[in-house]
Amino acid sequence: MPAPIRLRELIRTIRTARTQAEEREMIQKECAAIRSSFREEDNTYRCRNVAKLLYMHMLGYPAHFGQLECLKLIASQKFTDKRIGYLGAMLLLDERQDVHLLMTNCIKNDLNHSTQYVQGLALCTLGCMGSSEMCRDLAGEVEKLLKTSNSYLRKKAALCAVHVIRKVPELMEMFLPATKNLLSEKNHGVLHTSVVLLTEMCERSPDMLAHFRKLVPQLVRILKNLIMSGYSPEHDVSGISDPFLQVRILRLLRILGKGDDDSSEAMNDILAQVATNTETSKNVGNAILYETVLTIMDIKSESGLRVLAINILGRFLLNNDKNIRYVALTSLLKTVQTDHNAVQRHRSTIVDCLKDLDVSIKRRAMELSFALVNGNNIRGMMKELLYFLDSCDPEFKADCASGVFLAAEKYAPSKRWHIDTIMRVLTTAGSYVRDDSVPNLIQLITNSVEMHAYTVQRLYKALLDDISQQPLVQVASWCIGEYGDLLISGQCEEEEPIQVTEDEVLDVLEGLLVSNLSSPVTRGYSLTAIMKLSTRFSSVNRIKKVVSIYGSSIDVELQQRAVEYNALFKKYDHMRPALLERMPIMEKTASNGPTEIVQTNGEAEPSVVEPKHPPPVGQPASQGNDLLDLLGGNDVPVIPTTMPTKPASAGGELLDLLGDLSLGGPAPAPPAPASQPPFLLDGLSSQPLFNDIAAAGIPPMTAYNKNGLKIDFTFERANPNPNVAVITIHASNSTEADMTDFVFQAAVPKTFQLQLLSPSSNVVPALNQGTVTQVIRVLNQQKQQLRMRIKLTYIHKGSAVQDLAEVNNFPPQSWQ
Amino acid sequence: MDGWMDGWMDGWMDGWMGGWVDGLLLTIGITSSFQMQFMLLFSRQGKLRLQKWYVPLSDKEKKKITRELVQTVLARKPKMCSFLEWRDLKIVYKRYASLYFCCAIEDQDNELITLEIIHRYVELLDKYFGSVCELDIIFNFEKAYFILDEFLLGGEAQETSKKNVLKAIEQADLLQEDTKVSFSPSFLMVWSRNAAEVRDSCRGSEQADWV
Repeated sequence: MPAPIRLRELIRTIRTARTQAEEREMIQKECAAIRSSFREEDNTYRCRNVAKLLYMHMLGYPAHFGQLECLKLIASQKFTDKRIGYLGAMLLLDERQDVHLLMTNCIKNDLNHSTQYVQGLALCTLGCMGSSEMCRDLAGEVEKLLKTSNSYLRKKAALCAVHVIRKVPELMEMFLPATKNLLSEKNHGVLHTSVVLLTEMCERSPDMLAHFRKLVPQLVRILKNLIMSGYSPEHDVSGISDPFLQVRILRLLRILGKGDDDSSEAMNDILAQVATNTETSKNVGNAILYETVLTIMDIKSESGLRVLAINILGRFLLNNDKNIRYVALTSLLKTVQTDHNAVQRHRSTIVDCLKDLDVSIKRRAMELSFALVNGNNIRGMMKELLYFLDSCDPEFKADCASGVFLAAEKYAPSKRWHIDTIMRVLTTAGSYVRDDSVPNLIQLITNSVEMHAYTVQRLYKALLDDISQQPLVQVASWCIGEYGDLLISGQCEEEEPIQVTEDEVLDVLEGLLVSNLSSPVTRGYSLTAIMKLSTRFSSVNRIKKVVSIYGSSIDVELQQRAVEYNALFKKYDHMRPALLERMPIMEKTASNGPTEIVQTNGEAEPSVVEPKHPPPVGQPASQGNDLLDLLGGNDVPVIPTTMPTKPASAGGELLDLLGDLSLGGPAPAPPAPASQPPFLLDGLSSQPLFNDIAAAGIPPMTAYNKNGLKIDFTFERANPNPNVAVITIHASNSTEADMTDFVFQAAVPKTFQLQLLSPSSNVVPALNQGTVTQVIRVLNQQKQQLRMRIKLTYIHKGSAVQDLAEVNNFPPQSWQ
Repeated sequence: MDGWMDGWMDGWMDGWMGGWVDGLLLTIGITSSFQMQFMLLFSRQGKLRLQKWYVPLSDKEKKKITRELVQTVLARKPKMCSFLEWRDLKIVYKRYASLYFCCAIEDQDNELITLEIIHRYVELLDKYFGSVCELDIIFNFEKAYFILDEFLLGGEAQETSKKNVLKAIEQADLLQEDTKVSFSPSFLMVWSRNAAEVRDSCRGSEQADWV
C-alpha cells in the first residue's frame, strides 16, 4: 500500500476544489482511504491521518470515527503522536462521549512523565475537557504538580486546578495547602494563574473568601511593584508592566474587598494610585483602568475614590476609541443606581452617544439616558429621547417607546405634557409600542378631566393625518366615542378649536371600519365608538344603519357586537343612554395582571371577580354565555350562574355587560392577553369564541422530591391547541438555606416537542418561603403517554448540586 | 449519564429551540462569571480557521453557534465597536487582515483585556510564523492550536510573557523533530527564526513536514 498523502498536500488539493460538491467528493475519497488505514492498524501513518481528519473536521465534515485513533496516538511513545493525539482529543471528544474516560489512564501516566512537555500536554487536555469523573480521578496528580518547583508545570497545574474546582467544587479543599506559597513566586505565569485559582476558590466558597482576606497586603504589594517597577521587556505591553496580571489582581482584590471594611481600607491607596498613574493613551491602559473602576465600585471605597472612578468613566466617554466609550456606558449603567449624582454630571456626553453610529453604543446610551431621567431634567431629556425615537432603527423603537412611557408616568411635569408625550410616541412609533399602552393611555386620558376636549381634538387631528398606526387609532376611536360631544362643540381652551360636524366625525370612524389598514381590534373600537356617539350626536339614524350593516359582517367579533348593539337600539332603547354614559374616572391599578376593580357608579353591577384558577365546571352553557360575553374584557373568569336563555328576562345580567364578564373557556389563557383592563367598555376580547372543553381538573403531581427540593407540576390544556399540554413547575425548598443558580431542564422523547419558558427566578427561597415557577409546553401530536427527563442544577450551601430524574407518572388527563 | 440528552435532543426541538438553547447557556453561565467560553477564528468569507471550546457542547450546537456568530460579526460595519451582546454572553472580536478573531466571554469579564489577549495571540502567531498570514494558519492549523494551548488553558491565560510561550513551543517542536526525523537542533532553530523565508517552500514536502 502506498503512503497516504501528506497533510499539506491534502490541504492544497482540497483548496483547489472549485465547488462544494467537488470538495465533498475529494473529502469522501480521502476519508475512505483514512478509514481503511485505520482498519489496518497502521501505526506509521496514524498521526498523519488524524491530522488530516482534524482539518476536514474544521471544514465541517464528520470526523468522529477518528476518536479512538486519537486515544491510540496518546498512548504512543512518540511525542509527535501524543501532540496530535491530544489535540485531536480536545477537538473531537468531550465529556458527553463516554470514550473520553478511556483517556484517563493515559493522562495519568503522562502527568507523571519525565518530559515536561508531555506533562504539559496532559495538563492542557485535562484543563480543557476533563469531565467530573476524570477530575476526581486525577485531582491528586494535579495537586502534586501544583507543588513542584518547575514553573512551566506549576502554572498549568494551577489552571487545571481551576478546572477541577469548576467541575467538582468539593475537591477545592484539597488544593488549599498548595496555595500557601503561590504568591511568593517570582514567575509571572505562576503568579497570574495562582491569582486565577485564588479567585475561583474565593468565588465558590465564603470560607475560602474569609481565609484568603489575609492575602490583601501581599496582593497590594505585588500590584505596587508592578506599577512602580521600571521597564521590563519580558512583560511590557505598550509601556505597561504585565497588564494581564494587574487586571487579575484587581479582580481578586474586588472579590476580597467586597463587603469588608478592613480589606477595602487596605486597598484604597493602591487603587487610587493605579487610577491616577496608569497611562491612558492605549487600550491596554484603559483595560486596567476599567478593571480598577469596577473594583472601586464594588468594594467599600471612600467617596472621593468613587468620584474619581466615575470621572474616569466620564473621560472614557470622550475617548475616540468606540470600544472604550462602550465599556464606559456599560459600567455607568451599573453604577447609576448607587452614584446617581456623579453619573448625572456626565449627562450631556451620554446623550451625545445616542447619535453614535454604532448600535451597541446607541443601545447602551439609550438605557443609560433613561436611567438618568428625573423630575428636574425630564423635559430636556425627553426631547432628546423623542428625537432619538424618531430617527432610530426599528430594533430600538419598542424599548425606547416603553422607556418613554415609564419615564413620563413617573416624572411628568403636567398632565398635558404627559398626554402630548404619549401621543408623540404613538404617532411616531405607534406600531412598535407594547399592547398595554392603549389601555394605559385611555386610563390616563379619562382621569384628566380638564384635558378631555384638548385630547380628543388632538387625536382627531392625528387620525386625519394617519390611520395606519393601530394603537393611536384605537385610542383616538375610544376618545372620539367618549368625548365626541366635546369635539363637536369646539370648546378647547388649550388650543385653537377646530370646527367639525357630526357627519365628518362619523365619516372618519366609518372610514376606519372599511379601511384595510385597520386590524380587527381597531374595527371593534371604532364600531363601539360609533355606538357611543348615538347618545352624544343627533344623527342616530345614520348610526343605526351602520350598526345594522355590520350585523352581517364576516368578522365574528364585529358581527356579534353589531347584533348586540342592534338589540340595544330595538329592545332596550330606554337603557341605552345610561349604558353608554361617559366612563367614570378609573382608579389607578397595577399595570399588569388581572384587575379586580369593582365599579361602583351604579351603572354596572359589581363585577364578577373570580379567583384566578376557577373551579372546574362542566360544559358551560354556551349560547347565552357567548351572547353575554360580547363586551367582556379578556380576563377569563367563569360565570357560574345558569345562563338565561331569554335575554328579555335578563336585565340585570345585561348590565353586567359593562362588568367583568368574559368568555367561557375556563382554562386561564396564556399570560399574554392579560393586558387590557377588563372594565373598559371597549375591551375587545382577543379570546377565541368557541368554548373549550374543560381542561381543568387535571390533578397536580409531584415530579421530584429530594434533598429538600420539591418540584410540583400543575397542568392546563393550552387554548386553542388541545395537543399542547401546559405544565407549570413549582419548585420549593424546605431546607434552611436558599438554593441559588437554580436551573431546571427537561427533555422529552422525540415524538414530543418541548418548549421551556423562562423561570420566574433562579433562587428557590429557603423554608418554603416562595416558589420558582416555570412554564413548560409540550406538544403531543400523537397523544402518547407523556414521559419526561428532568435535570436540576443549583447551588446549595456553597456547593453545586446536579440531579437527574425521570418522570413517568403523569396523570392520563395530561396527555390524552 | 451526562450524555443522556444527546439522543433525545436531535431533531425534535426544531421550531422550539429558543428556550432550550438559552437554558443550556444559562447552565454554562453558572460555572463561573469570568471564563472565556470559546474562541473562533474565521475568514472574511466566513470560513472557519480555528475553533477552541472551553465548555462542553454538542457538535450540533457548536456548528449552530459558529454559523450564527460568523454571520453576525461579518454583518457588522468596520466602524462599529468590537463588542456585542449575544445570548447571555459578550462577544469580543477583532479583525486582523483577512481573519476575524472572536472570543465569547461572560458578563463580568473585562472586554478590553480580552482584546489584549486576542492581540497577544496574534503577536505570538506573528513571531512564530514570521509576519503571519491566513495561509500560514490554514496550512499549519495544528501549530496555531499548539500556540494557543501554550498561551491559554481552560480559557485563562497561563503565561504573560511572550518569550516563554515561544520558547516552550520551539522546544516542543524540537522534541517532535527529534522523535521523527533526525534534524540537528541548530538547523531547526535557524528554520524557525527564518520561517518567513522558508515557509513557502516548506509547505511542500521537502523540509520539516512531519505529517
